[in-house]
Amino acid sequence: MSKTVPNDQKLDVAPPYNAVARHGVSPQPSHDEIARFDFLANFNKFMASTLSPGNKLAYDKRVLPAFLKEHGREPQDRFEIRHAMNKDPFHKFWSALKRNSMEMRQQNGRAIVLRQIDELNAKARQYNEGAQGVKSTLELNPAIAVPRYQSAVDIHCMPGSYHGEELPGDVSAGANYDCGIFATTGGGLGALTDGGGQALVDWIKKERPGWEPRRVLDIGTTVGHNIVPLALAFPDCEFIAIDTAAPILRYAHARAQSLGATNIKFIQANAEDLSRWDDGTFDWVQTTMFLHETSGKALPKIIAEGYRVLADNGLMLHLEQPEYSDAMPLFEQFLRDWDAFNNNEPFWSSMHALDMKDEMVKAGFDRDELFETGVRAVVDREIFPEAPTGEDEDHGRAAFWHAYGAWKNADQMQEAAE
Amino acid sequence: MTDTPFDWMAAANKKAKGKRPEYFDDPEDERMLSILMAVVGEVSVLRERMDTVERLLDAKGTISRDDIESYTPDKEAAYERGAMIREYIYRVMRGPHQMVEELQRAEPPVEEVSKELKEI
Repeated sequence: MSKTVPNDQKLDVAPPYNAVARHGVSPQPSHDEIARFDFLANFNKFMASTLSPGNKLAYDKRVLPAFLKEHGREPQDRFEIRHAMNKDPFHKFWSALKRNSMEMRQQNGRAIVLRQIDELNAKARQYNEGAQGVKSTLELNPAIAVPRYQSAVDIHCMPGSYHGEELPGDVSAGANYDCGIFATTGGGLGALTDGGGQALVDWIKKERPGWEPRRVLDIGTTVGHNIVPLALAFPDCEFIAIDTAAPILRYAHARAQSLGATNIKFIQANAEDLSRWDDGTFDWVQTTMFLHETSGKALPKIIAEGYRVLADNGLMLHLEQPEYSDAMPLFEQFLRDWDAFNNNEPFWSSMHALDMKDEMVKAGFDRDELFETGVRAVVDREIFPEAPTGEDEDHGRAAFWHAYGAWKNADQMQEAAE
Repeated sequence: MTDTPFDWMAAANKKAKGKRPEYFDDPEDERMLSILMAVVGEVSVLRERMDTVERLLDAKGTISRDDIESYTPDKEAAYERGAMIREYIYRVMRGPHQMVEELQRAEPPVEEVSKELKEI
């Protein structure tokens, strides 16, 4: 190709999909499959940074003035803005392009995975089964029902969701989820899409140097990408990772084993009922981008159960996108809500409207035990980009999270020690 | 292995459960955009493949399909290919991109300008 870009003037382009690291159950992409993800990664960057500012312009210049004229007042909530914006030609076209990008990511990912489904399932079995059958670090339970909040629609337009199987004993749901996160985040989560987990490791080492948790519970683990870095950082700690979907756990277990994280036990379980674990079993209860995929009644149950199984002086930490506080402009709330209605995240909008601090107090924490912090994905900056926030942020997908946390009864423990 | 061959590409096309939002007044427009965007993606794939072939030919003079499949760009090539895809996206997305500019600066219809020029 002709060199049209001066060397000293670097453009913001996505890293190539070749830079994604392979593990034991990674699907092997062909040249053109890599090129498809390269296109989508750069297209999503273009959508977020170049086209998305048009939404605010359309709102300020014509949607809001028309709304004021019609109603004689400002919009009261993000829903009124959405209904008004859904009639705007720019926003309609932007949304249609973005929806297509999400659908293409799913088709592209599924095509890579399903083309080699037999090889992938066989590779997963090699990691999941030992001489005595299925390894004790993978515990599937067919009695665990798929909750309505997982089955009502296929979450983020992922055909079959986390629990779908194309063949018996299948891992394709996990493999598709894992391989395509690169495309939707423009590589923002790093080589193993584990920038969230790496960030947790960095955060805890700074927050509590020398702390060695005995047992950690990861709720809604999906492919385990957020917990493997922690398991590798705390090799003497026992990790329990739960999810309601068997296909994703088969994949997660094989993936973790191939990466050397043999101290994680993957268990098919529903976090609304953790009765198999006694009170105070865990030193750390973690969720990462999970609570928005539950429901209005399930979320408080999950946090309450998490509180019960958490030991004194233990840490509960939830990573999510920021909540829609009164301080957040309604237009930003509307933009952050796009995935709820356009990318099959039906609890997203209600969840982000919750005051997570109130939810944690209802579960049993003292208000003064709570803390909030920002957590940015930790990735190899030589290759992978820092996730943009602010104007260029891809709302809902930015690899920058809001953490809601608490150290259970830490004050009382300290007082007792003194 | 399964008894009947697994039609993986048909399975890849499976629709996600959940009613698809309608963005345009005419449902045919939804389908047209989905086909167009798929073609936009596939042209990008062809360009990247062509770039791979050119780079391999530059380096080796003669190549095989295996060379193409196993090609991994170095850091400089990766950046150049990223810039190539970015340039391509800007080329095909000119229309939506210009919509942003239109929003930034409202302009009178050229018919009005025409009337004005007649008088000055």
